[in-house]
Amino acid sequence: MAQSTAAPTTQTVTPLSLRALAPWAVFFGVLMLVLLYFVGAEQGATAVIAGGGVHKWVHDARHLLGFPCH
Amino acid sequence: MNSVTVRTLLVLGMLAGLAASVLALVFAYLVGEGPVNAAIAFEEANSHEHGGEELVSRSLQSTAGLATGILVFGIAIGGIATLAFCFALGRIGQFGARATAALTALAGFLLVYLVPILKYPANPPAAGNPDTIGERTILFLLMIVLSVLLGIAALLLGRRLAPAWGNWNASIGAGVAFVAVVAMAMTVLPSGDAPPKGFPAADLWEFRLASIGVQAVLWSAFGLLFGFMAERLLEPRPARGRVPTLAA
Ligand SMILES: [Zn+2]
Repeated sequence: MAQSTAAPTTQTVTPLSLRALAPWAVFFGVLMLVLLYFVGAEQGATAVIAGGGVHKWVHDARHLLGFPCH
Repeated sequence: MNSVTVRTLLVLGMLAGLAASVLALVFAYLVGEGPVNAAIAFEEANSHEHGGEELVSRSLQSTAGLATGILVFGIAIGGIATLAFCFALGRIGQFGARATAALTALAGFLLVYLVPILKYPANPPAAGNPDTIGERTILFLLMIVLSVLLGIAALLLGRRLAPAWGNWNASIGAGVAFVAVVAMAMTVLPSGDAPPKGFPAADLWEFRLASIGVQAVLWSAFGLLFGFMAERLLEPRPARGRVPTLAA
């Protein structure tokens, strides 16, 4: 409302409640790690899908993003 | 209210990650594919057994395949960094949304990529031994986990020192402690594979520099974009930075 735009240092930043964050963190944390696994490591050290199609498909990205490959 | 905010932030974070990874993809295609192709040419000139039919052609690998990998990586990194942002906001000091986003992205780039690759640098095709992929994957993962945990420990240390030392000195103290412990861990951990004999050193360096560039573009674009979006969501101010003008 009548808030001064020039004083952001005096207003305190309210943290988001951990109880609201926790379910999202668990669900999305796992989901995102699964995505990273498929880009970075599937059909390399371990494999959940047979063959080499996933590895070959993301091959260049895997090397350039810094993941160990071949 | 809070839960809805987290959900909205996650959507924005993954979108910012996707947008940032488009920029990283452009960089990877223009700068990274050259060294990759040079490495593959070296590999083919030096391999005795020839594979013949490729599962995925080079032209697909260097375009659609590269895009899939980098875009999915960007979305995933966007999501995880957003969760870290949600936790960090208001808990690492009095930083606003935009500064917290920038700091989260900087910490992510350093802890998840730059520190780990100082020990186990990115390798172009043919530079690694296929027989050691299991060991190399575990060591790389270990290095990332270690770097992230030590980063969090340094943050906690800094917060503890701050009341007595002041923010500036506490940050320096925590940073020095982080560097010292990481350096010790790096000397203890086994070395990565050496590239094959005769592999051009210039190609290796260009490839590694390109890899650093791809990640730097991704994380910095994410931090800036997401910070912009998060600030608009969390700190709405009707006339932020805008000079009122009369309609013509
Ligand atoms: Zn490879």
